[in-house]
Amino acid sequence: MTSKTLSVANRPVAVVAIILLAIAVITYWDASHMKVRASYGMSASAASYFVAILFAALAIGHLVSAFRPRDVEAEVTDWKAVSWIGLGLAGLIGSIWLGGGFILGSTLLFALTARAFGNKTIIKDLCLGAIIGVIIFLMFNKLLTLALPQGPLERLF
Amino acid sequence: MDSLFYLFQGFATAIEPANLIYAAVGVIIGTAVGVLPGIGPALTVALLLPVTFKLDPGGSIIMFAGIYYGGMYGGSTTAILLNTPGESASVVTALEGNKMARSGRGGPALATAAIGSFVAALIATIGLAFLAPMLVKVAVKFGPWDYFGLMLIAFVTVSATFGSSPLRGLTSLAFGLWLGLMGIDQLTGQARLTFGVPELLDGVEVTTLAVGLFAIGEALIVASRHLYKPEKPIPVKGSIWMSKDDWKRSWKPWLRGTVIGFPIGALPAGGAEIPTFLSYNVERKLSDKPEEFGHGAIEGVAGPEAANNASAAGTLVPLLTLGLPTSATAAVMLAGFQQYNIQPGPLLFTQHADLVWGLVASLFIANVMLLVLNLPLVGLWVRLLKIPLPWLYAGILVFASMGTIAANPSVVELLLLTGFGVIGFFMRKFDYPIAPAVVGLILGPLADSALRRSMQMSLGDPMILFQHWSSAIMIGIAVIALVAPFLFRGLSRFQQDED
Repeated sequence: MTSKTLSVANRPVAVVAIILLAIAVITYWDASHMKVRASYGMSASAASYFVAILFAALAIGHLVSAFRPRDVEAEVTDWKAVSWIGLGLAGLIGSIWLGGGFILGSTLLFALTARAFGNKTIIKDLCLGAIIGVIIFLMFNKLLTLALPQGPLERLF
Repeated sequence: MDSLFYLFQGFATAIEPANLIYAAVGVIIGTAVGVLPGIGPALTVALLLPVTFKLDPGGSIIMFAGIYYGGMYGGSTTAILLNTPGESASVVTALEGNKMARSGRGGPALATAAIGSFVAALIATIGLAFLAPMLVKVAVKFGPWDYFGLMLIAFVTVSATFGSSPLRGLTSLAFGLWLGLMGIDQLTGQARLTFGVPELLDGVEVTTLAVGLFAIGEALIVASRHLYKPEKPIPVKGSIWMSKDDWKRSWKPWLRGTVIGFPIGALPAGGAEIPTFLSYNVERKLSDKPEEFGHGAIEGVAGPEAANNASAAGTLVPLLTLGLPTSATAAVMLAGFQQYNIQPGPLLFTQHADLVWGLVASLFIANVMLLVLNLPLVGLWVRLLKIPLPWLYAGILVFASMGTIAANPSVVELLLLTGFGVIGFFMRKFDYPIAPAVVGLILGPLADSALRRSMQMSLGDPMILFQHWSSAIMIGIAVIALVAPFLFRGLSRFQQDED
């Protein structure tokens, strides 16, 4: 005998529903603070209200389906690999934030991403990443005159 | 006959050395990403957008189109030799093509795919050259209300056909629309949803969203699922040329595939996958040797490969004439036009006639280049598959982040990129389609301004949308397309994969 209690069968969908509802509220709040009104026709806030309503409707849709069994089978996720890539991206952002420059950041990103995909040869990957970073920097800063963020390494060129 | 005249002028533009180089670079990159599993033309064009925004607009767009066509060619190589389709559009090719390669007929399989792609793209590009001006004649009469109706159709069809459920598709679309709201409103100068962050006043860049969702999201999901097991391509033995019998069995499927692919590619949310499946089924029904299907029937390679190339040309019809993207790649290409302040649509053909016709003419040239690149040089492309995947994805991530900061050197932009990458990862994990979000971000602001322009002309009366029969019909179609999947749950819906 299974007791019929109302339980959330599909937790991720319920989480999505809450996020959608939050976005709807934020959007509605933002739109209600827009002061300038159009003299005729539609104001700039009309689109925001529309999107807010759309989000609210989608949140309800998600809530309803959260009580149904899931139709997407959960797959195994290797969170370690995901966090290696996250670390790589954080390395790039940190390097540019703190003035370390593009080459250092992209070297870290390259080596840590390769690690996420199972490469254990970290020294080799670091070297290759540095070479690629230098080539990209030279090509884009000199040839295409796109300004990539500069750090101590970049100023050598 | 105006078309012919303009087309000749277009060829004059297309054979300029610079444009030939752009076309060549485009088809080479396109073939490479077509061959490599995991990266498709949509992602590649998105990666290249920030890099190209200082280059010549005409040349860059020729290159993007070359990538699109090249991706369709290259995808078949991986499908036949590896049984992992490089592109979602060549899933069907793998069915028969891989069987042919296993039984030592890889050469003819590659040949019929390449020649079929050539024939189909040739015919479909001619179709594009003649159909587009006719559509433009209709489209110039469109009022803002008609554009609003058209965009509604695009919204609904894109979110209803991509992905596994309309609810998820619409959620993805809503995410894009929401991002489209951010920034300064062009009519009143008010900030929407910027939360006091000055970097958000200019709105969210389409390229940042596309690169984040496609490139970083893809890398995260591939790493998290360990989808990087090495596979060995089947070596091509014997002659790569087709026998007389192969030709006899191939030419009809090529033509039928073209006829199926071109119009479906031109339809909103038609894409390239549906025509390949249709073509495969048609060929199986019409074949003299239906028992060969499943064991390496050449018709099953010839038809779908023609269909996916024809659909690529078909996609360009609504993109160029109406500014309406019907596939993920077309959506990113639209962003490419926008970065040069060029808005595809009927005016494109008068304001930038040289650019459009140069593009169409370049497609013919690119097509010839692709045939040369793919037939004799196929062995070269197969070597690409030897690049270790860790390095491939690491390189993609470096390139993706480089493009984003090159276009907009700020940490906020990188944080947005990373954020979109994480969202893209969760969207893939929980089976939400990606393309509707990109389409929503691109078309949302356009739909907003079309609606507001209509309302200004009607002095605030929303009934203007229904007083014109053309926009009334389009809004009707959009509503039906929105409601139908919810009403008929059992209805077997076409699903589109994206790349």
